[in-house]
Amino acid sequence: MSAAAERRRARTAWLFLAPMLLALALVAAWPLARTTWLGFTDATLFAPGAQRFVGLANYRLLFADPDWWRAVANTLVFATVSVALETVLGLLVALLLDAKLRGRGVLRAAMLVPWAIPTVVSAQLWAWMLHDQHGVVNAMLVALGVIAEPRAWLAEPWAAMAWIVAVDVWKSTPFMALLSLAALQLVPRAVMEAARIDGLGPVGIFFRITLPLIRPALLVAILFRLLDALRVFDLMYVLAGSGPATASMSVHARQLLVDFGEVGEGSAAATALVLVVVACATLVAWLGRLRLGGAGR
Amino acid sequence: MRRVQAAIWLGALLLAAAPAHAQVTLSLACSGLGTEGALCREGAEEWAARGGHRVRLVSLPNRGTERLALLRQLLAAGSRDIDVLQIDAVWTGMLADHLLDLAPHLDTEGQLDQALRNNTVAGRLVAMPWFTGAGLLYYRRDLLEAHGHPPPETWQALTRTAEAIQHAEPARPQRLWGFVFQGRAYEGLTVNALEWLASHGADGIVAEDGRVAVADPRAARVLALARSWIGTIAPQGVLTYAEEEARAVFQSGNAVFMRNWPYAWALLNAPDSPVAGRVGVARLPRGEGPEGRHAAVLGGEQLAVSRHGAHPALAIDLVRHLTSRAEQRRRAILGAFPPTYPDLYADAEVLAANPVFAQLPAVLRGGVARPAAATGRHYSRVSANFAYAVHDVLAGRAAPAAALDRLRARLQRLAPDGAW
Repeated sequence: MSAAAERRRARTAWLFLAPMLLALALVAAWPLARTTWLGFTDATLFAPGAQRFVGLANYRLLFADPDWWRAVANTLVFATVSVALETVLGLLVALLLDAKLRGRGVLRAAMLVPWAIPTVVSAQLWAWMLHDQHGVVNAMLVALGVIAEPRAWLAEPWAAMAWIVAVDVWKSTPFMALLSLAALQLVPRAVMEAARIDGLGPVGIFFRITLPLIRPALLVAILFRLLDALRVFDLMYVLAGSGPATASMSVHARQLLVDFGEVGEGSAAATALVLVVVACATLVAWLGRLRLGGAGR
Repeated sequence: MRRVQAAIWLGALLLAAAPAHAQVTLSLACSGLGTEGALCREGAEEWAARGGHRVRLVSLPNRGTERLALLRQLLAAGSRDIDVLQIDAVWTGMLADHLLDLAPHLDTEGQLDQALRNNTVAGRLVAMPWFTGAGLLYYRRDLLEAHGHPPPETWQALTRTAEAIQHAEPARPQRLWGFVFQGRAYEGLTVNALEWLASHGADGIVAEDGRVAVADPRAARVLALARSWIGTIAPQGVLTYAEEEARAVFQSGNAVFMRNWPYAWALLNAPDSPVAGRVGVARLPRGEGPEGRHAAVLGGEQLAVSRHGAHPALAIDLVRHLTSRAEQRRRAILGAFPPTYPDLYADAEVLAANPVFAQLPAVLRGGVARPAAATGRHYSRVSANFAYAVHDVLAGRAAPAAALDRLRARLQRLAPDGAW
């Protein structure tokens, strides 16, 4: 192809991309840039438009605030534990569904129910189930003799965090299972057959053949879940409110912005959240040596 | 004939034009919760009919934090959509910049002193008290009588009575608790904790002179007492309760004492309530010792006039009408809204409609205001930090003195030069 034709093709490509780039600039780049800018000012909800540039003052406030560090720790603990559990459980479910089971289609559909419920709704649902006086969870545990009398699960920070993780695992395992299943179904049966004939057991096949082959797809799924988990808001907010014991970074930033009206400090907190998410994503991508550009194997 | 026609045309024109000059439409933002919406509309329509104007009602979200966020955004944008607005007792400092000073225009004679002080920010009366409220102690009269205990005079007596009745009552399917209150980490816990502190003579969040005043050794002792309630006379779950959760436990017959606002009385005595007719109400207990006094945090709602409205004089007149003695009397009788004119508590018709109001004058005299005016736009943050610190103590995550020391350091960081 001649150089001129090449250039023309490139121009056409940019032309086609332009609407998307414009939309992205409007809904993503502009708000992000504005939030970043507001993070360097003393803007408040009390006198919008009257902000002054204050340099890094908001970040100094933020990094000196034990509540913010608590929120970072809460978010990281939540994201690590829940994504790890979801990956393992999701993979197990996918292996089960990959076997030739009767009624596999029905199982696959039923499995999706928790994922289909909006998070706010499922969080409220669990809040009622975990209620200290009338909750079904307490009634079941007491009836089974696991606990002597009803407990206020959401009043104890560790129990509250454990339940928040549990609800997220309940909700998001189907997502991991589905993505794992899609990857599993692309593994060529002939390779597995050959391994079996060569005398490799089922565990060996999983670790030496299946896992390496589905790793790129699995890493993409983990990356997606991790990005989602790091931004978690509704589970904490509905199940435990804005208190620092369980607040995630999003809950903390919203409280600064909306409840306290501190637009400057809140924007700094929101920008810091974005930076943490980017850092975590880079770390995971690097650890998995994931080549997002394609030609993964 | 032509002349007659002309006269009719002229008359019609005059009829159409005259009101158009004088008739003004004011926007009134008031709460639509329960009976509030209907009473607000009736009051506003009476004023509108009298002056030949119109009032458009703007409905506000039901939840306080969302209502505040919306009003703050509207006012900050200089919106002309709201002329008169209903605001909570603790929003006066946060919204003051956008509200007119009503002192030169309205007669405050006879209004509750504490409410007027609460609404005065930097010498300006930014809102007129509309109805009030204060914490009350609800108790199970039948249980106290059966076990021979009087209503408790002090918090320490409440603790002992609750323990005694809890142990003496026979086992039942659901456990009987001694005391429920608002223990979730939110504004309600700030209110409850300020009542415990004030009733023991301890300083609240901000001292009279504007200093941050939370690290008082008396405050640490009071919080230690409250901590001892959790898991003994109060369920662990009280740490997640707001007003309605506490009422649910008390109303289903599972608690001896409850701290709540006056609104609970009518609901507790509704025909379908399991405890109807078996509930008593008293002032909140005082602390033991010479400094102890009965203290209740004041709530209630105010009416304010936006600085950005087009018709300030008419808006002020609407506030004058809605906060008048006659209108407050009507609202007290029909909707059980506690008036901000103390003399109305001696009104036979008001008392007949609301027997619980007999307690209120004494309660209001011991009323404690939250530091909304002093902390200004920082109030919500100050209050949240206070509630979180108290919640940490109640949940056993922090010792009282250590939590209060940390809180003081934090509040001093928020206050310019360590004082307000």
